[in-house]
Amino acid sequence: MNLSVQLGPLRLQNPVTVASGTFGYGVEYARLLDLNQLGAVTVKGICLRPVRGNPTPRTAEVTSGLLNAIGLQGPGVDGFIRQYWPFLRQLRVPTIINIWGTTIEEYAEVARRFDQLEGVGALELNVSCPNIKEGGAQFGTDCRLLARVVAACRKATRLPLITKLSPNVVSIVPYARAAEQEGSDALSIMNSYPAMAIDIETRRPRLANGVGGLTGPCIKPIAIKLVYDAARAVRIPIIGMGGIQSAEDAIEFLLAGATAVAVGTANFYAPRTALEVIEGLQRYMQRHGLTDVRDLIGRVDMPGAAGPAASENTCTPAESRMQQ
Amino acid sequence: MLRLLLFCRGQSARQATARAAPPLTLGVSPRMLPSTMVEESTEILAHERVTESYYLLTLRAPGIAPRVQPGQFAHLRIWSRPDALLRRPFSIYQARGDTISILYKVVGKGTAALARMQPGERLDALGPLGHGFALPSPDGPEPILVAGGYGMAALYLLAERSPRRGIVFVGGRRRTDILCEAEFRALGWEVRPATEDGSYGVRGLVTEPLQVELQRHAAHRKLYACGPTPMLRAVARLAEAFGLPAELSLDEHMCCGMGVCLTCVVPVRTDGGWEYQRACTEGPVFDARQVLWEIPA
Ligand SMILES: Cc1cc2nc3c(=O)[nH]c(=O)nc-3n(C[C@H](O)[C@H](O)[C@H](O)COP(=O)(O)OP(=O)(O)OC[C@H]3O[C@@H](n4cnc5c(N)ncnc54)[C@H](O)[C@@H]3O)c2cc1C
Ligand SMILES: Cc1cc2nc3c(=O)[nH]c(=O)nc-3n(C[C@H](O)[C@H](O)[C@H](O)COP(=O)(O)O)c2cc1C
Ligand code: FES
Repeated sequence: MNLSVQLGPLRLQNPVTVASGTFGYGVEYARLLDLNQLGAVTVKGICLRPVRGNPTPRTAEVTSGLLNAIGLQGPGVDGFIRQYWPFLRQLRVPTIINIWGTTIEEYAEVARRFDQLEGVGALELNVSCPNIKEGGAQFGTDCRLLARVVAACRKATRLPLITKLSPNVVSIVPYARAAEQEGSDALSIMNSYPAMAIDIETRRPRLANGVGGLTGPCIKPIAIKLVYDAARAVRIPIIGMGGIQSAEDAIEFLLAGATAVAVGTANFYAPRTALEVIEGLQRYMQRHGLTDVRDLIGRVDMPGAAGPAASENTCTPAESRMQQ
Repeated sequence: MLRLLLFCRGQSARQATARAAPPLTLGVSPRMLPSTMVEESTEILAHERVTESYYLLTLRAPGIAPRVQPGQFAHLRIWSRPDALLRRPFSIYQARGDTISILYKVVGKGTAALARMQPGERLDALGPLGHGFALPSPDGPEPILVAGGYGMAALYLLAERSPRRGIVFVGGRRRTDILCEAEFRALGWEVRPATEDGSYGVRGLVTEPLQVELQRHAAHRKLYACGPTPMLRAVARLAEAFGLPAELSLDEHMCCGMGVCLTCVVPVRTDGGWEYQRACTEGPVFDARQVLWEIPA
């Protein structure tokens, strides 16, 4: 049975990784599961310098989901390399490093730094960050900015590049295409959805940041649709994520057009989910007489399926303020 | 480099339900890891209501029980509410043989669902988690424990394993909030209750009789506290005023409980300034002198 897939130049032994920010730097989970069984380990977003992050409360449980505004707390490139890289580099599976910056130059600089590091699997560009200088807009919700970020990172590194798209857009198609055109090797879909919750006793938002990003099982159908739309519009592979809790959820993403999947919020309450997805996927394939996981990719049987509407091709910036 | 063999200690058939990955060479500081945690499917052995809103839950947890240090917690997945996704953190009250127990108050949907669970049912538990209390030394300062509400649960193992006995100040709104008094007395501790409504013990906040006691005699004493944040803050102030060391167990909202999501952070003083540390990993027990109660501007 073949489970391996290609994300551009990057080969994964199976299509299951974990979502950035939900798996720390891998090492925290090493006691609970064998990381070498994953397709890849994806680490929390890293930028040039250490970041303290937002005040608390930073997360709030909502119906079948989680709101978060962590504020991208992290050790910065140097701290990451010093504290976590010695562990990650000895893994037999690739590490995908999620990166972000506040300017295009910063993104490119982080990409350059990791380009010099031996053994990195791929870089994943998180383009839905706060505090953006470039014109006050967000990279993830402004097509032209997105194109420039991807282009700048493409110049800065030979590592496989994965662009992680924001769901907060009218249509994901132009964003997916812009990333593809500028040399992204793959897409990650989706990041968290801007959302809010209010404590009715205190009348204050439940997050100190006021608003945050929604993740977990409640966003899965949104993510499936975004993956489906993007998969019909680009040729590069997609890592699908959003609310995956089981192999069944993951298979839905594959059928919608994802080449790989990432388990996110579920890691917080069910740390073995990613391994259970791999096991369940194999059982499903056996049951359906499949020998190659790639035979599932994009095989949704859509009645009257057609290409994306022409109107979806235009750049439609939307406003957003998301923090993780 | 640290070779993680610790959690293979005492392995036997009872480990069958505990899942732990094979040992790995980790190139990181042990402080960055939830120390000896396992995930296991535990069985509810007993579950009883102890006061109007407090319940005592006893679990067979052979992977967790032998590893528990005073002040550590377990992170429980309450399956009966699939819309409430997250685990709930609870201090490990007692650990005996292969069982652990938890003393909890029903405050919301998770604890309400937990209260309906029956012996024989199973609960997925992660634990033991967090950095607990340092055990008092036989010739060190005299331990003074300060508890509010279920804070008594977090302090019990410390009281049991401490080579020295001392005084426990325990506070609550009313009589029914004073938990485990008999249990602490049975261990040889002197218990001094205080209630806000005066229905039991001294009337007032628990820190009031504590202050009186410290005014009488403070030298060579150390405070250990767990309870609501305003109480902990008051204990920290008293410790500072009397120049005493204090360890505080902070009650922060948690999500993963194992150091990855960065939900539970507490601003902590460092050499050069301050940083956020994780209550689930570097805490929940912190040195009172380190805790910053407000984020510096
Ligand atoms: C280290 C630690 C040890 C604890 N030990 C005990 C104990 O021994 N006995 C006990 O009764 N309680 C204890 N608590 C508090 C307990 O975790 C909460 O009462 C419980 O999570 C409430 O869940 P709920 O679904 O009933 O409440 P809800 O209000 O419905 O919960 C909503 C969310 O808020 C979180 N939350 C609500 N109240 C608290 C709180 N006080 N602290 C942390 N998170 C909270 C929940 O975990 C959940 O994510 C401890 C908390 C921590 C952090
Ligand atoms: C607490 C938290 C932190 C996150 N941090 C990051 C991050 O640093 N970078 C990033 O690109 N995505 C981050 N994400 C988004 C996830 O990687 C993922 O896209 C999203 O959670 C959807 O998947 P899920 O529903 O399975 O969690 C974070 C999500 C959560 C819940
Ligand atoms: S609860 Fe997730 S880091 Fe502490």
